[in-house]
Amino acid sequence: MCLGIPGQIVAITDETRQMAMAEVSGVRREVNVACVAEGALEGLVGQWALIHVGFAMSLIDEDEAEKTLIALRDLGEAQEALEQMAAGDAALAGE
Amino acid sequence: MKFASEFRDPKAAKVLLAEIAKVADQIGATKEKPVHIMEVCGGHTHSIFRYGLDKLVHEGIEFIHGPGCPVCVLPRARVDECIEIAERLGVIFTTFGDAMRVPGTKKSLLQAKADGADIRMVYSPLDALELARRNPEREVVFFGLGFETTTPSTALAIQQAAREGLGNFSVFCNHITVPEPIKALLDDPHMCLDGFIGPGHVSMVIGIHPYDFIAQDYGKPIAVAGFEPLDLLQSVLMVLRQIAEGRAEVENQYARVVPEHGNSVSLAAIDDVYETRPSFEWRGLGEIDKSGLRIRAQYEAYDAEEKFGIGYAAGRREVEEAEGCACGQVMTGRMKPVECPQFGRGCTPEMPLGALMVSSEGACAAYWQYGGARAVEPAE
Repeated sequence: MCLGIPGQIVAITDETRQMAMAEVSGVRREVNVACVAEGALEGLVGQWALIHVGFAMSLIDEDEAEKTLIALRDLGEAQEALEQMAAGDAALAGE
Repeated sequence: MKFASEFRDPKAAKVLLAEIAKVADQIGATKEKPVHIMEVCGGHTHSIFRYGLDKLVHEGIEFIHGPGCPVCVLPRARVDECIEIAERLGVIFTTFGDAMRVPGTKKSLLQAKADGADIRMVYSPLDALELARRNPEREVVFFGLGFETTTPSTALAIQQAAREGLGNFSVFCNHITVPEPIKALLDDPHMCLDGFIGPGHVSMVIGIHPYDFIAQDYGKPIAVAGFEPLDLLQSVLMVLRQIAEGRAEVENQYARVVPEHGNSVSLAAIDDVYETRPSFEWRGLGEIDKSGLRIRAQYEAYDAEEKFGIGYAAGRREVEEAEGCACGQVMTGRMKPVECPQFGRGCTPEMPLGALMVSSEGACAAYWQYGGARAVEPAE
């Protein structure tokens, strides 16, 4: 449960709460970017980050993101992260 | 080297394996007298088995699978307390999916959910916050579990709840820390550890200096590592080279992700929201001083222990582990998973008896998944 999954920040959704939309392995998920925010949040758009339980924890470069994703896919962790995101959506829907 | 073809860069793996073998020979490591290297993180344990690194490296290197999986070190008493909270009227209990199947004394969270408790798997503590916003008439409790990688996310969620003045959100805090159990293992006279592979993503938050004591006070080398097989092989080599050269330092193999001093925002949030508990109970390891975190009085309104009078707020409860379960011995390297009398018999991933079989990061589940199951098949 301590592995992060790379995601690309595609938009800032709530400046006050430091929330952004990230694309994680083809799935879009709102994440908190407080831990990687330096200066204007808009500067994060397009950047890659390790996303852990809904928080961008560290900025990484695209090459690192790609390598990490392959390693996580091999370990089954990428699929697990996506399933957890889906479970979170289901929890919010009252399931 | 039947697994080497699975590496993205088999050539690099072969070079590293050859170099590891050279240094291992140089320091006189043999199958009979191996060098014991503990990988602290459960994610590393999973990687080692997935890629068969334990079989690929020189026979004089033995991996000891450490206590670095928060689900695996969760005592049954904590699971019981989660269920007690979840079964209270009006509560929505939220948790990461990993904890759902951990057996408590009578049942797991999954079984409690089947029995009617409103238990929901969330991806993030922010999902729990959102549930609290959407259900103001309900009490939403989040099961805060995990090492320093996960701790800041719960802290930031609590800070956000405080800013919004959410009165129906609280956290059952069971966050634990990595350095103290390492110290406990090093202080254990029965343990024989020659070096460590440090956790990558925990270190992304805390940096590398919290491990200084391992090198300075105990004279043991440590290399903080990433999760790819080549990262792990490189880290093994770094540890071996330190041994060969008589050095004991904290080295950072995962510098592309791990900053020397960690993540300042995360550390500030942790410091603001939590304080260290005098001691905390670990499955298999017992009480370890200063190894757990509790929510500071300033955020008491968000502390489920205070709100529900449970956990350490209600005093320590003694709960024995399941009979025959050897998770403790396996976690301290005293026993291999296949040596546990319950492995593959009373304890399988489908019907786990102990936590090391529940989580995919647990040594027993990894053994089972990547070939260990063969060890208990009856002989023809």
